[in-house]
Amino acid sequence: MKITEETVKYVAALAKLSVSEEEKQKIAVDLDRILDYIETMNGLDTEGIEPMSHVLPVKNVFREDVVTNTDNREQLLKNAPKQKDGCFAVPKTVE
Amino acid sequence: MIDITTLSALELGRKIKAKEITVADAVKAQLEMIKQRDANYRCYITVLEEEAYAQAAEIQKRIDAGELDDSPLAGVPMAVKDNICTKGVKTTCASKILYNFEPTYDATVIEKLKKAGAVILGKTNMDEFAMGSTTETSHFGETKNPWDLNRVPGGSSGGSAAAVALEEAYYALGSDTGGSIRQPASYCGVTGIKPTYGTVSRYGLIAYASSLDQIGTFGRNVSDCAAALEVISGHDDKDSTSAPAKNYSYTKALIDDVKGMRIGIPKDYLGAGLEEDVKQSILKAAESFKSKGAIVEEFELHSVDFAVPSYYVIACAEASSNLSRFDGVKYGYRNPGAECLQDLYKNTRSEGFGNEVKRRMMIGAFVLSSGYYDAFYNKALKVRAIINDGFQKAFEKYDIILGPTAPETAPVLGESLSDPLKMYLSDIYTVSVNLAGLPAISLPCGRDSKGLPIGMHLIGKHFGEQDIIRAAYSFEQSRNYERPTVLTKGKEA
Repeated sequence: MKITEETVKYVAALAKLSVSEEEKQKIAVDLDRILDYIETMNGLDTEGIEPMSHVLPVKNVFREDVVTNTDNREQLLKNAPKQKDGCFAVPKTVE
Repeated sequence: MIDITTLSALELGRKIKAKEITVADAVKAQLEMIKQRDANYRCYITVLEEEAYAQAAEIQKRIDAGELDDSPLAGVPMAVKDNICTKGVKTTCASKILYNFEPTYDATVIEKLKKAGAVILGKTNMDEFAMGSTTETSHFGETKNPWDLNRVPGGSSGGSAAAVALEEAYYALGSDTGGSIRQPASYCGVTGIKPTYGTVSRYGLIAYASSLDQIGTFGRNVSDCAAALEVISGHDDKDSTSAPAKNYSYTKALIDDVKGMRIGIPKDYLGAGLEEDVKQSILKAAESFKSKGAIVEEFELHSVDFAVPSYYVIACAEASSNLSRFDGVKYGYRNPGAECLQDLYKNTRSEGFGNEVKRRMMIGAFVLSSGYYDAFYNKALKVRAIINDGFQKAFEKYDIILGPTAPETAPVLGESLSDPLKMYLSDIYTVSVNLAGLPAISLPCGRDSKGLPIGMHLIGKHFGEQDIIRAAYSFEQSRNYERPTVLTKGKEA
């Protein structure tokens, strides 16, 4: 695997992170080493194996759609870094 | 006056019921111990002093009224890892991005503890978002090993493990995604159990990797661990991966008898990379089981080397998705200067997350990105299937699997941070258990030439908690619990 600084820029954008020019190079080296190691998985033949995403054979779990929680707007807003008129406030998103 | 804090959780519970000790006395003794020791060891992020006394008064009333007669741990002070939501009490995941977050609800495990009369003393330190094996990635500073201040306590539940070892809590909750309960238990010389995936509700556990995460317990002995696990287990409608109701009576398995039990030791678990002292200690434990009438033999497990790479792909992929919710909008840290929404996200996340968390989110974003999904993510899921299959085959022949919890005893502070790959490899024996969703326990089985504790790892089949608890309990009867040497010498740092 060869991770370029371009790839680092791309995955950082996917993860919504900003990375400085100096960081980019260090991260590229780190990721390269880790992904090289991860690729040792290729030593195991997985031809015809079903991917396993879950441990237990549980399927979709359904329940009646009944409201059980109560209105706790005030409590929830207490954690907001910024609030206005009973809502979460964010910087302007549409010009 | 008896030395309250050295009692086990169940002993204290009995003395409280017998009116020999009040709940308030137990809380006071425990808080004094925290004051005395925690400045050096930093097991806790938040200590609930006033709240603990208030809880004590209320629980004492319930005990006196006979409401908690069926609750052996009623009134016993305990600690909770800081990634488990506690209503109105800061829950930080040891991250700057949640430095001031106060959940508006209790996790299901907290509701269950409160119902059973637990006194919650505080929230324990951990690796940021449970990503790490040393508790050094905490935004609030690292926890120190109770046996040696220059060493790590393990991780990610290092604060919980160290608090129990240092007698700053009688028992504690942790979470285990790749070994985060068992490995610190091993490094700190205490017992830690991770149950079968789906046994304990994850509702209110701040997710790292949802298909691997499971809450479990720490104690100074197997009985305390089993009793605490019994309190928090059970089906929960609020967790769609919660298993249908099973038999949760773990304390009934506390029996000193392993006659005829079939125990397998994977040959691959005793090979290269394993410290000699650890190996000898595990072989000695195997002999002890044999002398008690168990049938112990070595076998080939296969594919052991592929567990760590598969684990890191899956865990990072799930983390990159789970941690996308931390955006600075609804709670936690927000970058104050951002003028548009994209900058708000990027600046908040870049400043709020530490390096290891960012690294794992980027690995996750990479392995899920178009062009790499099949080669990495899908491949890891297939490797996971093969590893699971290997265990299922082994359990056709054996009741439990025995091995070391970690290849080495606790490393020196700072060593692992400089080399993430080396740290990842220290999880070699524990991660496969999470990939397959199996239950496992780590308990002390000796010490190395440096005097550091060694942990023995017992793995059970799905919902085979009773088997590993029985074997662990039986082994425990053959040796005395060892307190960290700083405590026994009476000269605490």
